[in-house]
Amino acid sequence: MSLSLLLLVIGGTLAMTLFGILGGLAFSGIDRVLAARMQSRIGPPLRQPFLDMLKLMLKQNIVPANAIPWLFNGAPLIALASAITILLYIPMSSLQWFPLLGLHGDLILIMYLLILPALAMVVGGLSSGSPYATIGAQREMVTMIAYELPFAVTVITFAWKLVQADVAHPFSLATLAATPIWTLVGPVGGVGLLLLLVAMLLVAPGELGRIPFDAPEAETEIAGGLLVEYSGRNLALFYLSLAVKTIVVTALIVALFFPWNLSDWFGAGHPLLAGAADAVFFLLKLELVMFVAITLVRISVARFRINQIVDIYWKNVGAISLLGLILVMADAYIL
Amino acid sequence: MKTINVKKPAGYTTSIGPAHPALKEPVMFALGLEGERIVKCDFVPGMAHRGIEWMGMRRNCIQVVYLAERICGLCGITHALSFCRAIEQIAQLQVSNRAHYIRTLVGEIERIHSHLLWAGVQAHELGFDSAFYYSLRIRENIMDLLEFLTGNRVHYAMIQIGGVRRDIVPDQFARIEASLRFYEDAFDRLSAIFLEDTTVQMRCRDCGVLTRKQALTLCPVGPTARASGIRKDVRVDTPYAAYADLDIAPVMPDQFTGETRGDVYDRIVVRLLEIKQSIRIIRDCLAHIPDGDLLAIPKPAVLLAKLKAAEGEAVGRHEAPRGEVMHYVRLTAGQEEPTAWKVKASSYSNYMSWIPMMEGDQVADIPVIAASIDPCISCTDRVALVRGTDRQIWTKDDLHRLSVEKTRRIQASISAGGNES
Repeated sequence: MSLSLLLLVIGGTLAMTLFGILGGLAFSGIDRVLAARMQSRIGPPLRQPFLDMLKLMLKQNIVPANAIPWLFNGAPLIALASAITILLYIPMSSLQWFPLLGLHGDLILIMYLLILPALAMVVGGLSSGSPYATIGAQREMVTMIAYELPFAVTVITFAWKLVQADVAHPFSLATLAATPIWTLVGPVGGVGLLLLLVAMLLVAPGELGRIPFDAPEAETEIAGGLLVEYSGRNLALFYLSLAVKTIVVTALIVALFFPWNLSDWFGAGHPLLAGAADAVFFLLKLELVMFVAITLVRISVARFRINQIVDIYWKNVGAISLLGLILVMADAYIL
Repeated sequence: MKTINVKKPAGYTTSIGPAHPALKEPVMFALGLEGERIVKCDFVPGMAHRGIEWMGMRRNCIQVVYLAERICGLCGITHALSFCRAIEQIAQLQVSNRAHYIRTLVGEIERIHSHLLWAGVQAHELGFDSAFYYSLRIRENIMDLLEFLTGNRVHYAMIQIGGVRRDIVPDQFARIEASLRFYEDAFDRLSAIFLEDTTVQMRCRDCGVLTRKQALTLCPVGPTARASGIRKDVRVDTPYAAYADLDIAPVMPDQFTGETRGDVYDRIVVRLLEIKQSIRIIRDCLAHIPDGDLLAIPKPAVLLAKLKAAEGEAVGRHEAPRGEVMHYVRLTAGQEEPTAWKVKASSYSNYMSWIPMMEGDQVADIPVIAASIDPCISCTDRVALVRGTDRQIWTKDDLHRLSVEKTRRIQASISAGGNES
């Protein structure tokens, strides 16, 4: 490993940790205020998630007597670390450094890394020795199996299309950022891509465990499920990992479907200035996707049962994504 | 739907409650689970006994009226009215027609209030927080109305033995009408949320089914019974207050859906339609309210003297928002406080229907089913004897033997002229 790569990894990780945590908490504050306004409430101040974190960090960290301490304490760390790692692969701006580790990982890696925070929660829940957490862990695993189908179909469609269009490094996110997928397909393929976008927007709340797919945590049913025994610092770490993961999942949707930058349209002035403008534009795109996929969905529906979650992801969302795949392929071969 | 062999031992057992976010009040469910499926369910009450009846038997009847209001935060009218109706029968007090109409009117306002609060709780248990906030927000209007009419937002102190304490005058009708119109508008939105929303239907249809046959065996009351297809409503079956003058029929779910399934959805239908029915009843009351005195005996001292001389026993019933409430009272001549006072709150009759509702459904359905009978546990709870770590379960035979013993004891103390304690 060369020295410059080492520096990039260390510096990039520090920067992404900072961005992921601060940005994630800020976005979760926006989410809460917007949800409150749509429910005709005033809602908490924007800085409330930061205050919550501060409070949790100061609180006592209880490890239950029948928990496995090293697993119980390790799980939140793994969840947060893996969530932050994914940020290193996300293209956030037109600056040449982004994505930071674009050359060393691709979409497949991101799919695997995305499983890690959820798996860490499962491990933490199972090791906490609470029956509610056990139920929650079982539900979380089932949910993961459920939403992977439409997610995988979407990734396959993108890779297939890029391979078919003869683009180098088809799985790389840098490639995706440079070649907006919409420019490669005709009108029929465009419809297919729209279907895939709908599928991904529905995968996002499941991936993040938000209503209506929050059966693993379901507060009124199993009292927080996976997180029921967590308190203090460990709980804060899980909340942080969720905040970072929210950015990751929405950023992935942005990178796949809305890779355009401001500098593409208005021409690049100074590269740093253009990069900064693109970064701000990227945050706006994030908020837009977050609003549609998470905030709007979670205030307008009731929670599903776990068997309904599987039904919806495999039958309905799965069908939507497969139809999208078929349309994109039909677009390439028939039309 | 339920194809569970109950005799088969369950995979593992766990409990929900007594302290759990799904339950607003302490009660415990002991569950036998196989994965997510509930194979066996039992509930364990006895965590919220308050000894109100004991307190009531140590103060005079007028004081008990205010104590009775405090049995339930939501059913202030219900318990006071049931108690007063029992006393009025014993003391043979004639309540004026005007007082009857005012009682009916505030009783129906209370029903709207109770059903709105329930709608919020049910939505919250479903994970549908927008509906929860909406229900609780529109509930403010009726609390304001209650404050305007009775002076209090909870515990209205409206009912008195022999009548009501406050008049409702024509000047106030406009304000009541404004509230009724507000709720007519809100009803359309409520029914769009609860009756037409796909996700609510996905969770509530065929969930927590109580068949008509099970309902006949377990004798639930109120909306829980009506949702299972039993036409049962104290207001219609044995009319009291002004209900005999009014044109009302029990609200059944098939009026809306055309069929009766006895599931959570049907219970939602019944309660929401009852809001509409209550609006109509209040309008009728306002249109036909007769003249008359408010109280049979206006002076409390005179009333107390008459009650002290009264002798006998009676049962006062009222169709509370959750179903029939029953107060049994016994007065002894020469004694101010009731010799016996037994309260049967509506949830007491509905408890047992939880078990067939839950068995065969999923863990996720527990809060939804628990909330669907609108349980009021602190109104209902009975004492549980705990010695050390043992809990004693008393069978029907034990309870029968105990009540026979108690009756003998009361009879002995009555014939001896003393107080039972």
